[in-house]
Amino acid sequence: MTNTISDVGDAAGILAIGTNTTEAHPVIGFEIKKAVRKGTKLIVANPREIELVRHADVWLRHRPGTDVTLLMGLCRVIVDEGLADASFIAERTENFDSFKESLQNFDLDSVAQTTGVPRKKIDEAARLYATNAPAAIFYAMGIAQHSHGTDNVIAVANLAMLTGNIGQPGSGVNPLRGQNNVQGACDVGALPNVYPGYQAVTSEAIQKKFEAAWDCSLSAKPGLTTTEIIDAAHRGQIKAVYIMGENPVLSEPQARHAEEALRKLEFLLVQDIFLTETARLAHLVLPGVTFAEKDGTFTNTERRVQRVRKAIEPPGDARPDWWITCQIGRKMGDRGFTFTSPPRIMEEIARLTPSYGGITYRRLEKGGLQWPCPTTEHPGTPILHTEKFTRGKGQFVPLEYKPSAESPNNQYPLLLTTGRSLFQYHTGTMSRKVKGLNVFLGEELVEINPRDASALGIADSDVVKVISRRGEVTAKAKVTAVSPAGVVYMTFHFAESPTNQLTNPAIDPIAKVPEFKVCAVRIEKKDTRLD
Amino acid sequence: METIKLTINGVEVKVNRGTTVLEAAQAANIYIPTLCADPDLEPYGSCRLCVVEIEKIRGLPTACTTPATNGMVVHTETPAVNEVRRTSVDLLIANHPMDCLTCRQNQQCELQQVTAHLGITERRFPRTDQAFPVDTSNPFFDLDRNYCILCAKCVRTCDEITGINAIDLAFRGYSARVATFGDKPLIESTCKSCGECMVRCPVAALTPKETRRPIHEVKTTCPYCGVGCQMYLGIKDGQVITVRGDRDNEVNGGHLCVKGRFGIAEFVHHPERLTNPQIRKNGKLAETTWDRALDEAAARLGQYAPNEVAVIASAKCTNEENYVLQKLGRAVLGTQNIDHCARL
Amino acid sequence: MTFAEIQSRAKAEWAALEHGDKPRILIGSATCGRAAGAKAVLEATNAALAQHNLEANITEVGCIGPCYAEPLMDIIKPGRPRICYSQVTPEIVPWLIEDYIINDNPHSDLALGTIGDGSLDGIPRLFDLPMLKPQVRIALRNCGTIDPEEINQYIARDGYRGLVRALSMTPEEVIEEIKKSGLRGRGGAGFPTGMKWEFCRKSPGTVKYIICNADEGDPGAFMDRSLLEGDPHAVLEGMLISAYAIGATEGYIYIRAEYPLAIDRLKIALRQMTEYELLGDNILGSGLNFHLKIKEGAGAFVCGEETALMASIEGKRGMPRSRPPFPAQSGLWGKPTNINNVETWANVSAIMLRGTAWYASYGSDKNKGTKTFALAGKINRTGLIEVPLGISLKEIVYDIGDGIPDGKRFKAVQTGGPSGGCLPASQLERPVDYESLTEAGSIMGSGGMVVIDEDTCIVDVARYFLAFTQSESCGKCVPCRLGTKQMLNILENICQGKGKVEDIDLLLKVSQQIKAGSLCALGGTAPNPVLTTIRYFQDEYEAHIKEKRCPALVCPELISYYILADKCQGCGICLRACPTEAITGGKRMVHVIDQSKCNKCSTCLNVCPDRFGAVVKVSGEEIKVPKKPVPITVSKPDTYTQR
Repeated sequence: MTNTISDVGDAAGILAIGTNTTEAHPVIGFEIKKAVRKGTKLIVANPREIELVRHADVWLRHRPGTDVTLLMGLCRVIVDEGLADASFIAERTENFDSFKESLQNFDLDSVAQTTGVPRKKIDEAARLYATNAPAAIFYAMGIAQHSHGTDNVIAVANLAMLTGNIGQPGSGVNPLRGQNNVQGACDVGALPNVYPGYQAVTSEAIQKKFEAAWDCSLSAKPGLTTTEIIDAAHRGQIKAVYIMGENPVLSEPQARHAEEALRKLEFLLVQDIFLTETARLAHLVLPGVTFAEKDGTFTNTERRVQRVRKAIEPPGDARPDWWITCQIGRKMGDRGFTFTSPPRIMEEIARLTPSYGGITYRRLEKGGLQWPCPTTEHPGTPILHTEKFTRGKGQFVPLEYKPSAESPNNQYPLLLTTGRSLFQYHTGTMSRKVKGLNVFLGEELVEINPRDASALGIADSDVVKVISRRGEVTAKAKVTAVSPAGVVYMTFHFAESPTNQLTNPAIDPIAKVPEFKVCAVRIEKKDTRLD
Repeated sequence: METIKLTINGVEVKVNRGTTVLEAAQAANIYIPTLCADPDLEPYGSCRLCVVEIEKIRGLPTACTTPATNGMVVHTETPAVNEVRRTSVDLLIANHPMDCLTCRQNQQCELQQVTAHLGITERRFPRTDQAFPVDTSNPFFDLDRNYCILCAKCVRTCDEITGINAIDLAFRGYSARVATFGDKPLIESTCKSCGECMVRCPVAALTPKETRRPIHEVKTTCPYCGVGCQMYLGIKDGQVITVRGDRDNEVNGGHLCVKGRFGIAEFVHHPERLTNPQIRKNGKLAETTWDRALDEAAARLGQYAPNEVAVIASAKCTNEENYVLQKLGRAVLGTQNIDHCARL
Repeated sequence: MTFAEIQSRAKAEWAALEHGDKPRILIGSATCGRAAGAKAVLEATNAALAQHNLEANITEVGCIGPCYAEPLMDIIKPGRPRICYSQVTPEIVPWLIEDYIINDNPHSDLALGTIGDGSLDGIPRLFDLPMLKPQVRIALRNCGTIDPEEINQYIARDGYRGLVRALSMTPEEVIEEIKKSGLRGRGGAGFPTGMKWEFCRKSPGTVKYIICNADEGDPGAFMDRSLLEGDPHAVLEGMLISAYAIGATEGYIYIRAEYPLAIDRLKIALRQMTEYELLGDNILGSGLNFHLKIKEGAGAFVCGEETALMASIEGKRGMPRSRPPFPAQSGLWGKPTNINNVETWANVSAIMLRGTAWYASYGSDKNKGTKTFALAGKINRTGLIEVPLGISLKEIVYDIGDGIPDGKRFKAVQTGGPSGGCLPASQLERPVDYESLTEAGSIMGSGGMVVIDEDTCIVDVARYFLAFTQSESCGKCVPCRLGTKQMLNILENICQGKGKVEDIDLLLKVSQQIKAGSLCALGGTAPNPVLTTIRYFQDEYEAHIKEKRCPALVCPELISYYILADKCQGCGICLRACPTEAITGGKRMVHVIDQSKCNKCSTCLNVCPDRFGAVVKVSGEEIKVPKKPVPITVSKPDTYTQR
């Protein structure tokens, strides 16, 4: 997030696109609804009638995968009606003219046609966003998980820059990070192309810095992403994988392929708190501990580094994950793993990561710190880009509409989109152990519009097969108008109905994010008598 | 912001304009009993315990709903005020179970506190209690309307704080009660089970099913989504038994969702937790010692060239853990094949 | 069409109607008239006219007031005065048509009075009748005279001229005019209307609302319903004037859904106003924009409280909230809002038409103008009345209402509904004004006036009102929700003979705390019926408590029925009628009531032939009667004498 959770209430307008905030980020959902209650205008762009729609001033029910068109349409209205922030554009951005030029490709009637959103609503939403300043944009995986996810993110940035909604309380571009420490894992370099603090592996200076710090030699070539690792394993190129606290057998797209790949490995080390679907395939399983049994830090979606504190002893012989990794490092003869506690590790992170430079456990005792926090005197940075962008001027990028990699056809007439439920978390490793949460949602439900359901002779709670080009999954149907006709929806929390065996591994060429939000499926009522 | 001065019980108090008389008194450490006021909720004025006398204002206004104004002179403990307060509490306790010793809220009950404050030691009215069945349908907390004093904090929380509106007041007069749409059990309502209502209930009308109380608490960060709510884990006998939102932080200001509030102890203490290293022998996983497990790990990982090995870190682990793992991958295994499920 | 054109057309139409050559028939068809059978009268009239091939103009008008005499039918023959016939039944209608319209016999025996110019021998002038003579009809000026579904008739009688006059003034001048008139809120509290408007006008904000409170909820009150059914435009014109004065662009009429006829007539009125550009944008070319919506309430008494009413319009549960902020500062949807009652608006339009001096000439010093009352209960002439403020209760009860039926003794008059009190005979000289009634422990209220006679138990009356407020309390604040419940329990105990000596003190004490501690006026006034009845009828409470006696012979647990041995003829009527088989007897046997089986239904008393008079109802005493049926003896044994 460019901004903080606590300034949600400062927004006069909010555009929530590709985020089912009340399910996936419930406490931010509270804040958005609270703001609306106090007069903030809310625009919700979502194909599904999510809870926020009830609180929205305008609901844009666009077709899955048409976000770029929708956002460019909004920009078009804003430019056409003279609602753009000319001084912000002049002072803080560049390349506006060619962007403006590119808007000519987004004739509003065809925008309405592509997105399925009536033109009147597009006009209304654009005016609402542009005239209620400051306005904040919230988005989540509904923007990112597309084969053109990077374009979606750029489109969001274009819209914010166009109206000068950057760098002040209540404005900003606010991606909501899905998991508790996805931000932190990225920050400290758990990515194939960057070292901690997003320092590029391709930079010679950076490489030298880390080689010196770690007393080793490093590769200057970016590595493989998870999805690519799986593919490489499937091909037999990758032979050994060390997995800490992840469950790709359920979380990867085309999950059956992922499972096959992991089975082919010569050595799979899985470190986890439960014997997950992935751990079951491992050659070596190491028992890690939960957040309650160790010290450390998580970095939340607003870049706030916060303490995790050990509250109880681990069960049996389970050990903190940092300790396990360090022990392996030491066994392998490296002297860089002599850390005696997490604060010592943070000292090294701070030394090598400019944005974490001022973060110490002592400071965190008083509360979280938002990076960039380069020095121990620096108070942290609640709002990014207040005076300039990281690259200096904000760059407008002209865009064009790219359809999703897969579209419904005769054989696979429905469009499957996926998301999260409030009552479960990711692949369910933790949340499904909680009986009460399973009372609310204990099995996969395929959300299907009554129109499609009646055409297929499917009634609520019927068992159905959802079939894509990559596999088939069985689950109960939930007949509801929450999903529009032609679109079905599933979560990916349940191993019994592994939704990601259906999803499309087509990835965004830059962000390498798979297209979880759009794939083509067909649904068949399962004849339970035969089973 | 404009500062105004008022006098409460002879003490001059300076507050910002927009402050209520109740907040001004609290700022000056002057106790005014109340059962329906909550710092997170809009003034409501139903319990009538915070009535005060204000010079030049007719009647007995409620401190929680009356904005403080410059020069206001407030008296919080006059005979008239105390008589109204006493009557309200008398009426409440006549309509409230008297099983305090075995009540889930014993010693945390705000009705107990105000009764003690007013020095009430005997009942003045005959009992008027109704017998409601207890709604135990929610897996995490119970709704026992027999204890309800109708402060509506739960209803207001579900509207003002969470925007879910699963409950509201229904029926009128003495029959008024907290109800879901259609007066169905909570589990059949739109309740998202965040428990924000339960936290604010001043009596035992909304209480967690987990009735043990912790010996000490540890502040930490919620392990679920990326919001990073700050919470206190309540510990007893080496176990996490409660979770409480931390009010004093900018991230969640005390709020939690169903997973954070109710979804922790059970997975942390789940019998299926991995408690020993396991190594695959003859196709099956078997327990082993740490020494042998770590030797195995080091030996096997060390066999591969950088382009044959990969490391998958975790969005659920700490920064420190991710750091050491990526360092292991890069510095020891020599690979840049490092990722985690950020994209999934 | 300009308003002047509309007006002259309307006046011409009206004149044609009044001076036309066809007879006119007006049928009182408000809810009260319909309940009495006005629809059947209408059908009979049409049938009779058809039978005689006669043509007449029939108008369904509102209520002119004497509900006790309904159905009412007025006949105006060309060149003859308007005659009002009372208690008209479908059987009478053909006579009236034949005898009067065809044969010119005015049937003075059936006539209540004449109205307007001219007179007829043997028929008094209606407004000279004792019921109507003390009345002054301002709010009700058109009720019973015009067709409430015909805007032209309202306009013909100078309707909307008050608006035209207001539009020629500045808003401030209009407010000043209302202030000078001395008009006070007719909803019951009596707050000066002009001042209320001024607060709202001066509140900052561009969006303001006005609301007509038509949530008439007091038991026995029907003033607002009759007014809206009889002359909706009088109210709507008042709202327009107020909208102009305050600067409001939107308004609501909050009316209970149990008033379907009033709602229909309002809907018709709004449609007609829109057609005449009296509603919408740029009203009468003045630049005034005003839009009105009808919001139907679901019948919660508390929604008559203004903050609860606004919550209800907003779609929330109808619950009052604390003031400040007052609606004039922050009302409907947080915008400055002015709420007035139906009757207040009808006065506004009259004041703007005829001026403050005229208006202020009615009433007393601080209580200008008139007030409508729904006169009901144990009184001979029930009905809707409008009297100048300051008139005495006695004039209302005895002159207008003609006293108590069946020669019974007057006991009390209840004003102000559940928020008011019961005033005894000693208070009858009291002038009816806001301060005087408050001083006596009651309130003016919105206009309910229920007369109570000696056969009514005053403790039971108090219990009734507490049961009402208790079940109509919104339940929000503790004193009202639980305090009224405690009071009700105590009153029920007293009525059941379970009262304790200390109960009266406890009632007084709780009453005082409920009044002091409640959030809104519902709780703040709920104890009034109890307080006034204790104040004026403490002996009756004490009889219930100490002697276990209900002097009015009402409270079932405190009364007993006995069959007097010296009067019983052994006829067996009571035995056969008794629903609980509590009576035993036999041919020529003195019948006996088994007190343990008696449910106090009074059937035996009602069926015992008057000439025997063998059944008596007593309270607080035991009558010696045989324990088992005994043969009837000719001579009366001393032991079985009456009391």
